[in-house]
Amino acid sequence: MAQPLNRFKESASQTAGPYVHIGLTPNFSEISGVYPHDLGSSMVNDKTRGKRIAITGRVLDGTGTPLRDALVEIWQADADGLYNSPSEMRGAADPNFTGWGRCATDMVSGEFRFETVKPGRVPFTDGRLMAPHVTFWIVARGINIGLHTRMYFGDEEAANAEDPVLARIEHRVRVPTLVAEPVEDGYRFDIHLQGEKETVFFDI
Amino acid sequence: MSEGMLSNRKPETGAFFQRDREWHPQAYTPWYKTSVLRSPQKALLSLDNTLSEITGPVFGHNILGALDNDLIHNFAKPGESAIGPRIIVYGRVLDERGKGVPGALLEFWQANAGGRYRHKKEGYIAPLDPNFGGCGRTITDEDGGYVLRTVQPGPYPWPNGPNDWRPAHIHFSIFGHGFAQRLITQMYFEGDPMIPLCPIVKTINDPRRSPI
Repeated sequence: MAQPLNRFKESASQTAGPYVHIGLTPNFSEISGVYPHDLGSSMVNDKTRGKRIAITGRVLDGTGTPLRDALVEIWQADADGLYNSPSEMRGAADPNFTGWGRCATDMVSGEFRFETVKPGRVPFTDGRLMAPHVTFWIVARGINIGLHTRMYFGDEEAANAEDPVLARIEHRVRVPTLVAEPVEDGYRFDIHLQGEKETVFFDI
Repeated sequence: MSEGMLSNRKPETGAFFQRDREWHPQAYTPWYKTSVLRSPQKALLSLDNTLSEITGPVFGHNILGALDNDLIHNFAKPGESAIGPRIIVYGRVLDERGKGVPGALLEFWQANAGGRYRHKKEGYIAPLDPNFGGCGRTITDEDGGYVLRTVQPGPYPWPNGPNDWRPAHIHFSIFGHGFAQRLITQMYFEGDPMIPLCPIVKTINDPRRSPI
C-alpha cells in the first residue's frame, strides 16, 4: 500500500473582489495617511542600470471590454538577468532595481503602466537561456484564482525562437499572445482572458 | 532591518509544491456571474518552476509602520477609534510540510462593522465610519506567526443574484518567498450561517474545504 504523504493543503484561493485596491493600493483608492506610498509603485530610481522602458496594456474580458478593477503585479530580472531576491544564488542583482511592480488598472481606461528596465536573460532549469521576459500575475473581481503569465519582447525574435518555455506551446498560433509589441516608450502588452486571442496562462 | 539580517536561515532554492488545481476554485463558476466573461477557457500550460517563479522580492520589517496591523487606529483621528466589535485575528503561515513561513507579507482589507467599504465604486447605503480605512498589513515572524487587530466586518448585499449577501469576511493577500506562491484568499467567521449560501464561497469545489 502506498504511504500517505500527509501534506498540508494550500488555503483555497478566493477572488480579490472589486475592492482589492483598498488592501493593495490604498493610496490609489484615496485612502491616504495609512502607508506613505503604495508598495510596488516604483521599481527604478535614477541609478538603476539598463535600458528604461515602460510596459503598458490592458486586461480584456471575453467581450473585449477592459477590466477597470483589476490589479496586476510583475516580477522580472534586472538588466543583467539577476533577480533581486534572497533565492538568487548566481550573484548580486542591481540594488537600485526592485524587480517587482504592482499597478491597479485605471478606473476609466483600464490601462496599467510599469516604468522599468528591459530584463536580461535568465537560465531555464537545464541551463539553457530563456529569452528576456517579465512574469505577470493578474487578480480581479470574477477571477477566482490569480492568473500567471509571461510577457516576452517583440524585438527579441532570435531569443524568443530558442526560448524553452515558448517552445512548449503546442498551438503555435497562441505564441504571439505572450509577445509584447514595441512602441515608442517601451512595449505594449494586452492580456486577453478569453476568446480567440486568449493569453496563455501557466499552471505553476 | 531586512529579513536577511534577522535570520541565518539559508533561503530555499528548490521548486515549490505544485498547486492543487482541484482543490482551488475553477475559473468558470457561472453562479458567480462575473466569472463568466473573466475565466480563461483554454487549459493552463504546465510550467516547471524556473528561477523566474522560485525567486521573489523580500519585504523588510522596516516598511511597516507601528499601526499597520491595527485597523482600529491606523486611519482614525488622534484619540479616536473605529466603531464595532473589536477582534484580534492571529495565526501562522505554514507551508505544505507544516513549517512556518517567516518573512511573508500579509495584506488585509475589509468592510467596516456596518458592511461598507471605503471605495468610490461602493454603493451600499450603510454609512462610512470616519475612523475606519479598512486596510492593514504585517510580515510574519520567525515562526510564520502574525497578528492583527480590527473590528469585526459586517455582512452586506451585493449585485449577483437578486438576494445574495456576502458573509462577513476579511480579504488576505499572501506574498511568500517566491512569485509562484502569490495567493489571495478570504477569512470567514466560523458559525456564520451565510457561509454555505455564498456564491463566492461556493466557487471552492467543496465548501467544507474552508478557506483560512
